[in-house]
Amino acid sequence: MIHMEKLTKYYGDLCAVDRIDLDIHKGEITGLLGPNGAGKTTTMRMLTGYLLPTSGNIQVKDYSTEEDMLKIKRLIGYLPESAPLYHSMLVYDYLDYVARIRSLDRHARMKRIHELADLCGLNGIMHKGIGELSKGLKQRVGLAHAMMDDPEILVLDEPTSGLDPNQIVDIRDIIRRIGKEKTIILSTHILSEAEATCDRIVIIDKGKIVADGSTETLKKASGQEKTIRISLVDADLPSVQARLGAIEGVGAIEQTDALQPGELRLKIAVTGDDDLRQAIYRSIRETDWVLVEFSQEGKSLEKIFRELTKEA
Amino acid sequence: MSQALKIFKKELKDYFVSPIAYIVICIFLLITGWFFFTTFFLYDQANLRSFFNLLPITFSFVIPAVTMRLFSEELHAGSYEMLLTLPVRLSDVIVGKFLAGVTFVAIMLIPTLSYAVWTSVIGDLDWGPVIGGYLGAILLGATFSAIGVFASSMTRNQIIAFIVAMVICFALTLIDKMLFFFPTGLLEVINYLGAGFHFENISKGIIDTRDIVYFFSVIFLALYGSHLVLQEKR
Repeated sequence: MIHMEKLTKYYGDLCAVDRIDLDIHKGEITGLLGPNGAGKTTTMRMLTGYLLPTSGNIQVKDYSTEEDMLKIKRLIGYLPESAPLYHSMLVYDYLDYVARIRSLDRHARMKRIHELADLCGLNGIMHKGIGELSKGLKQRVGLAHAMMDDPEILVLDEPTSGLDPNQIVDIRDIIRRIGKEKTIILSTHILSEAEATCDRIVIIDKGKIVADGSTETLKKASGQEKTIRISLVDADLPSVQARLGAIEGVGAIEQTDALQPGELRLKIAVTGDDDLRQAIYRSIRETDWVLVEFSQEGKSLEKIFRELTKEA
Repeated sequence: MSQALKIFKKELKDYFVSPIAYIVICIFLLITGWFFFTTFFLYDQANLRSFFNLLPITFSFVIPAVTMRLFSEELHAGSYEMLLTLPVRLSDVIVGKFLAGVTFVAIMLIPTLSYAVWTSVIGDLDWGPVIGGYLGAILLGATFSAIGVFASSMTRNQIIAFIVAMVICFALTLIDKMLFFFPTGLLEVINYLGAGFHFENISKGIIDTRDIVYFFSVIFLALYGSHLVLQEKR
């Protein structure tokens, strides 16, 4: 669907995107992750035709950005970061204008605007000025703008940044609903969001792709490190360390901050691939300790992200 | 081209939903009306010469005020990014905005037709120079609008866009009146560069292709310049 080849962008001497090769397939929800200034927005801007690549090429379907930018723009709906809309226009007038530019005829225009008003929840604000809207509502108008022509590809730059938790859930719902039929590329630095909404995650740092794959493959690729967390009552650290430390595969046992007084919270590092939960539980059952919390966690996406993008 | 027309319609509508349009039109009419009628009875001649003589100067600061927002506002608000990622060419955007500016100037001129009508009622008005004058006014307005678009494309600050456009327009208006500063060999060239000089020719009722060519070339250069500037930003 989308094929980027050696895509490069320089701002003066600063290299924002450095020879990126990326293929995005039809129907995928791809999340671009990366620290600020990693090149996510620049990549999206080149894909949508706002910026011209310094070198390299993007192909969308059979069209190349060099020759058929206009045709590519028709296939793509784009929501820039923080939805910079015309503040002096009414919501309806704005959507009507976008529909006109996207060459929808009169009948299709009315129909599509009503559909989008339902989908994005704009029915109460159609005749309000865009300048008066809250950030969340503006974002939804921006989303309606991006989806006007029912585009095959949706490019969303930080669609949930600056929104409150309810609005984030709303926007995420909309993205997931439309993501069933569309190819979506979104950028974010909220990792849980990428994990929840994206089929595929591409981590970019300093203009280069440093990781690419589903959350599972990323976790696998960065090692099977697991930790077990337990909380015990009526136990003391040395005896727990002695007892659980004897189990094969248990690494360091560290105490972490207790949530309640009298509770001993521990973090147990697991070495090797075996599942130690049963062995640990049996071992604790033989004592008088009271087990109040017991959980295992894999390496989090946060940790992978930090490892891949930390300053050298 | 049809995309340019859609942008044109939107931009023109934008002018008239904000109060700025009406303020600018009022200022323009006050200035031209005042200067026209204070001298009208002194000259005791049934023509619009004093109105047209002053027009290049008035346009030099009124038109930059009209065009300053065209790109600067969008660059500042970031809506330029949304506009440019819609299926439009950069040239569509420039032409659409330019035409909106020119049309606004034409609309601004309509009330001044009453001066002509009024003059023809009280005296024997020769319509030739009047028609030439309005044709010249539109050409001059279009030229200054193109310069305004160019200045506006360079900066996200509307005040800078206004001042840059005003300086260029004033320079083109006044350059042929400052010929004594230039060496004799350059006089012809400098004179030809002056927008005021070409406007005077047309407003006398003499329509010469040289003047038309001058206006169209400045318009083309300014719009092409905007294209280069905006393309460079990408």
